[in-house]
Amino acid sequence: MTMTEPAASHTATREPILKARNLVKTFGRVVGLDGVSLDLYPGEVLAIIGDNGAGKSTLIKCLTGAEVPDSGELFVSGKPVHFKRPQDARAHGIETVYQNLAVSPALDVASNLFLGREERIPGPVGKLFRVLDTKGMRRKAKEELTRLGISTLQDVTVPVENLSGGQRQAVAVARAAAFGSKVVVLDEPTAALGVRESNQVLQLVRDLRDRGLPVILISHNMPHVFDVADRIHIQRLGKCAATITPQSHNMTDAVAIMTGAATA
Amino acid sequence: MTQQQTAGPPSAGHADLAEEFLDRQTPLSRIRNILHRYPALSPALVLLIAVVVFGLLNDRFLRVENLSLITQQVSVVGTLAIAQTLIILTAGIDLSVGAVMILSSMVVAQLAVNNGLPAPVALLAGLIVGLAAGAVNGFLVTRFRLPPFIVTLGTLNIFIALTLLYSNGATVRGSAMPGLLTWTGTTFPVGGVRISTGVVVMLLLYIAIAFILGKTAWGRHVYAVGDDKEAARLAGIAVNKVLMSVYLAAGAVLAIGAWIQIGRTNAASPNAGVDLNLDSITAVVIGGTSLFGGRGSVWGTLLGALIVGVFRNGLSLAGLDVLYQTLAVGVLIILAVSIDQWIRKVKS
Repeated sequence: MTMTEPAASHTATREPILKARNLVKTFGRVVGLDGVSLDLYPGEVLAIIGDNGAGKSTLIKCLTGAEVPDSGELFVSGKPVHFKRPQDARAHGIETVYQNLAVSPALDVASNLFLGREERIPGPVGKLFRVLDTKGMRRKAKEELTRLGISTLQDVTVPVENLSGGQRQAVAVARAAAFGSKVVVLDEPTAALGVRESNQVLQLVRDLRDRGLPVILISHNMPHVFDVADRIHIQRLGKCAATITPQSHNMTDAVAIMTGAATA
Repeated sequence: MTQQQTAGPPSAGHADLAEEFLDRQTPLSRIRNILHRYPALSPALVLLIAVVVFGLLNDRFLRVENLSLITQQVSVVGTLAIAQTLIILTAGIDLSVGAVMILSSMVVAQLAVNNGLPAPVALLAGLIVGLAAGAVNGFLVTRFRLPPFIVTLGTLNIFIALTLLYSNGATVRGSAMPGLLTWTGTTFPVGGVRISTGVVVMLLLYIAIAFILGKTAWGRHVYAVGDDKEAARLAGIAVNKVLMSVYLAAGAVLAIGAWIQIGRTNAASPNAGVDLNLDSITAVVIGGTSLFGGRGSVWGTLLGALIVGVFRNGLSLAGLDVLYQTLAVGVLIILAVSIDQWIRKVKS
């Protein structure tokens, strides 16, 4: 399914864009993460799978600044970083699409793409009265959607609530992938979608990867994971049980490792 | 939406057919879509119909003096409703708007009359009272995560008590005040009609807030926070900062409302306007702003305030008992919210 060479072969030579070492996160007496390490290389789709409570969400939250790990280290392009808020991760180019679709339904597509990073009209009027450059943002939103190859969103002035589930997901993914981001994290992007819409989103993931943008994909859906992932990180009981590839293992193996019935 | 569907990829013909079947438009759903797109449209229609009907019932209604009187009658509630709109847009509600306004007006009047402070200083003190009250509400909502309804129910009582304690229940008459304080009650002629300064101040506030809400990033963040707080937070918006600034802005608007109230009633009375809380909510709701947040506009609120004013004035000119005015307002509220619910059903 992948046209590129097996990801495993270049992992030894290339510098990971995102590197995590020995992340630990506890919630009272519950251990969410128990020393998890992870590498994300340029141009790959890394899937994270695991049973409920295996620490998938906690891992993602630590990588994206939504939670602060108790201990452990994070590196972006080799430089150590500390994320206290999601904005910190964003500032380093790590963008996340959350499971509950963090889009504002009443705002239009362009407003959603620019939410939290609005642009003002140039010149003194924009500075003094802080006037938004609505036209400019709409134009840039269109350009960005074209660049990302998202064709399902023709009109950027439509309120997001008038869109289908797949189109909303496309808005969320576009926002994450746009404006020079380095890493896109997708949390269960196909969970709420139908077959056709899921395929659109998976195609979008491949397109992002082919444009050189690495993607972290959290999913329960094994066929989807094996369809798009280059490598698969399997969480079990707060630890990384194994990192496999769709070539080295099949779905049954992956489920066995996930549930503890087998080891890699 | 139809255009979008037909613009989809031709390969997925069957699925598109299915979606178009689901989207098939009836005249009613088309009306609903238009109302959804322009939320101020339905209150505008209601206002137009009300003006025409009351004009037919009584020819005094449409006289310019009467129309000017209606705008003066709504100037205080109309101003409070601006503050209320800001807070309701964030999916909150403010029961303390009337109490804050009265507290601010008492402070202004007392400082100017009893303490002999210059009028601009007294007005500035009133502004500070408004901002402080907003800060208290905002602090309790953002830091203690209490529901705005409960917070403002509490502060409503606190501010009423503070007002009575501070003023000893005594009214300050306008004749004793410096001219600047009652300036909002003066009128000036425009082509034979006398326009109240307070109404002009209110309209300027509407223009300013409409501009800020519609054209600035802050305005968009207010809508985003009210629409979906979590989504806004994940998009990198500092939700608590936005909420706090909304309560502060509302406090400032209420202080200006206090000034308009002093001019309009030519007095500062601690017992005035306790029912203004509910009247402001009424104006916002009739104006098409959703109580669930994220949807609506201040222009709708202005229309809502005018609708209430027109109904009260028109019904009393028609010789109906004041209780029928109250009854009519009640019916209007329920109608407005029903329409809002119906409009929200657009494709969801």
